[in-house]
Amino acid sequence: MADADRMDTPEQAEFRAYCRQWLSANHPGQPPVRIPLGALELSDPAALAWLQAWQKSAYDAGLVGSDYSKAVGGGGHTDCQTIANQEMQRAKTPFLPNIIGLGMAAPTVYFHAQEEVKNALLPGLLSGAEIWCQGFSEPGAGSDLANQQTFAEKRGDSWVINGHKVWTSLAHFADWMILLCRTDKADKYNGLSYFVVPIQPAVGKGVTVRPLIKLTGETGFNEVIFDDLVVEDKYRLDAVGAGWKVAMTTLSHERGAGMLVTPSAGGMSQENTKGANTSSPTALIDLAKTSYRNGKTAADDPLIRDEIVKIAIRQEAFRQNQRRTLVPALTDHPMRIPLQNKLIGTEFNQDLAEITYDIQGPASSLYLNDDNAAGGGEWQLAYMNSFGVTIAAGANEVQRNILGERVLGLAKSK
Amino acid sequence: MQEQPKNFGFGEDETMLRDSAKKFFSDHCSADKIHRQVASDPNIHRNIECIWDKGLWQQITDLGWTAACVPEAAGGIGMPLVAAVALAEEAGRAAFPSPLIATFNTTFVLRECASAAANSLLAEIAAGKPMTLAITNKVGSWEPADTDVSVTAGKLNGSAWFVQDAGKAEGLLVSARADTGVGLYYVEKTAPGMTMTADGIIDLTRDQAHINFRNVDAIEVAAPGTGVVAIMHALPAMQAIVAADMVGAGEWLLQTTVEYAKVRVQFDRPLGFFQAVKHPLVNVMIEIDKAKSLAYNAACAIDSDPQRKDFANCVKLAHMAKACASEMAVFSSSRAVQFHGGIGFTWECYVHLFFKRQMHNQALYGDAKYHRTKLADLLIGKAA
Repeated sequence: MADADRMDTPEQAEFRAYCRQWLSANHPGQPPVRIPLGALELSDPAALAWLQAWQKSAYDAGLVGSDYSKAVGGGGHTDCQTIANQEMQRAKTPFLPNIIGLGMAAPTVYFHAQEEVKNALLPGLLSGAEIWCQGFSEPGAGSDLANQQTFAEKRGDSWVINGHKVWTSLAHFADWMILLCRTDKADKYNGLSYFVVPIQPAVGKGVTVRPLIKLTGETGFNEVIFDDLVVEDKYRLDAVGAGWKVAMTTLSHERGAGMLVTPSAGGMSQENTKGANTSSPTALIDLAKTSYRNGKTAADDPLIRDEIVKIAIRQEAFRQNQRRTLVPALTDHPMRIPLQNKLIGTEFNQDLAEITYDIQGPASSLYLNDDNAAGGGEWQLAYMNSFGVTIAAGANEVQRNILGERVLGLAKSK
Repeated sequence: MQEQPKNFGFGEDETMLRDSAKKFFSDHCSADKIHRQVASDPNIHRNIECIWDKGLWQQITDLGWTAACVPEAAGGIGMPLVAAVALAEEAGRAAFPSPLIATFNTTFVLRECASAAANSLLAEIAAGKPMTLAITNKVGSWEPADTDVSVTAGKLNGSAWFVQDAGKAEGLLVSARADTGVGLYYVEKTAPGMTMTADGIIDLTRDQAHINFRNVDAIEVAAPGTGVVAIMHALPAMQAIVAADMVGAGEWLLQTTVEYAKVRVQFDRPLGFFQAVKHPLVNVMIEIDKAKSLAYNAACAIDSDPQRKDFANCVKLAHMAKACASEMAVFSSSRAVQFHGGIGFTWECYVHLFFKRQMHNQALYGDAKYHRTKLADLLIGKAA
């Protein structure tokens, strides 16, 4: 967003200038190993270690966790994370590896954990020293998230956990997990409780992590099995039975509708090989200018042109929605736009990537392992990967239910 | 990129104006009342009539709506385009039959003329005189230089088409070609030599006409060669205004259909329980929000660039706003009729008022495909 800085508050303007200066001197440069498109595809420990070092340096400089209080290791700013994000994007930095921690665990811990736990855990999370994962989905609890079967039983001062989590991104590297599980079998929604769980020390002793391979051929997510894992009671967030409420904090942030802006960076990984930035209409135009259809470039094809323009309009509308949602007088219902963000954002990326199949024609058959693939095959990878996010965090069909019910007030489709 | 306010320029005055318009329309323009007013005769072969409430026009003039965007130097209030956009949105939400939108569009063309004649016409608008633009040719071209009217020695000859709310307007701003280019000329509706023929249009909340000019005496408002530029410079504002009308009407269609989906029961459930109804209604909401954000954005960009230092950006953003709003207009209308079921297909259901207004507006000053074609040239470059 090139024009964002035109609307800064004085604190934001000062912070932006600082970020820009720091980034110009401290960009980590080119990675020594291949970095995947996003943190959810991380499988190489060397790539993780390099990215962790980058997150640590950005955190130490105040660009990660800018809006968190100083007591938990944050920067103590107001509305400055979004500035840091814009500047990191502009500087084409690598992405931040602790994405589940930053996006979902941090705000949940911040709003619901005991003071002592919060102060102990958040610095390591924000710096990226400790990687987090999310134990929500189960074989029988996907879109119907409240159908949790993993059970936490109170024994003395501790909890004993048994169950089976799936599609758990980053569990293979994780030190900590945010865990939703059942504490009362009689009450679907009020029978859930929420924990933070140190899983790393327990791997092989109560926790088993098995990798799952995605349809793209990449790893990145896992299934996690709990077998009598003992967890201290201080790691319970909020009351016993309040798990669903706490999970809503996680989910609202996961869907881009939370109170705190998630630290995010990026722009570099897409260009570090011969790849393209797979979420930009500009990159789509560049691709169209070098691809051929009917003896002309795809950028000359009227149907392709129209598809590109539609995408560009959607991108601008998404940006302006974000701007409008900050103006109370111009929003009809406070959650009307925030609850659309996950839906619109993920479908935007999916449709953008899908158009590249039309643009590339037969070359869209080529993948990462082919030297002739446009953009190193990253477009095709981006398209296949895009289903991860249209499904995750509540499939978009569920998002449409939520919008229809909570914002429009239509009858529940339970 | 020019500096822009975070709130799109919706300051206290603009918000107050919008809220007073909301109240005005809810007090005076219920859908029921508008329907009784303009849809009393469903006969397809009825006489073409121009039906509107002149008393309401006097009231909105008294409230300062026509003066809102007239510059202070010309006796107006000097508010930004977003004020007109806010009023247009409320007018659309009420399907308000009036020359308000036509008068706004004329206002924004006159603002670009920078002539004494233009200023005195703006003063008349501020005082409540409804006006419209006669700048479209017989084949419905939206290009500023295209006109079927010629001007020689101050007299107009030829024809103008698709003139909006011509039956309600008292004055017309006409684009006409001279040897040295296209200029803008003002004529009173009663001027000798003018023949106005009302079009048989579908939208019941406005009127439209084509006009023949035969040696009509006219006042030059913008000289040949400069008139075309004035239109070109005003077009983004006009597109934003019409887009806002569609946003308002879209919101009425959404809310009305949602209310129906809450109370209409089939298979023992309210319609809205079924995802085949719920999900498309959510999609309508999403499209309205996009169109709304883009309309405000275009208006704000135009307001923020009075010197036209980055006019290309304003043109681009207005194309986006009108393209998005036009597509939303079709979508919101079609889903509203469909989800009202059998009753939605009848004349007695108010939905058709808004359906027809949306379908008129989606084409006015360019439909979605027109604007996307323009955008393709701007974003990608001309095709080989």
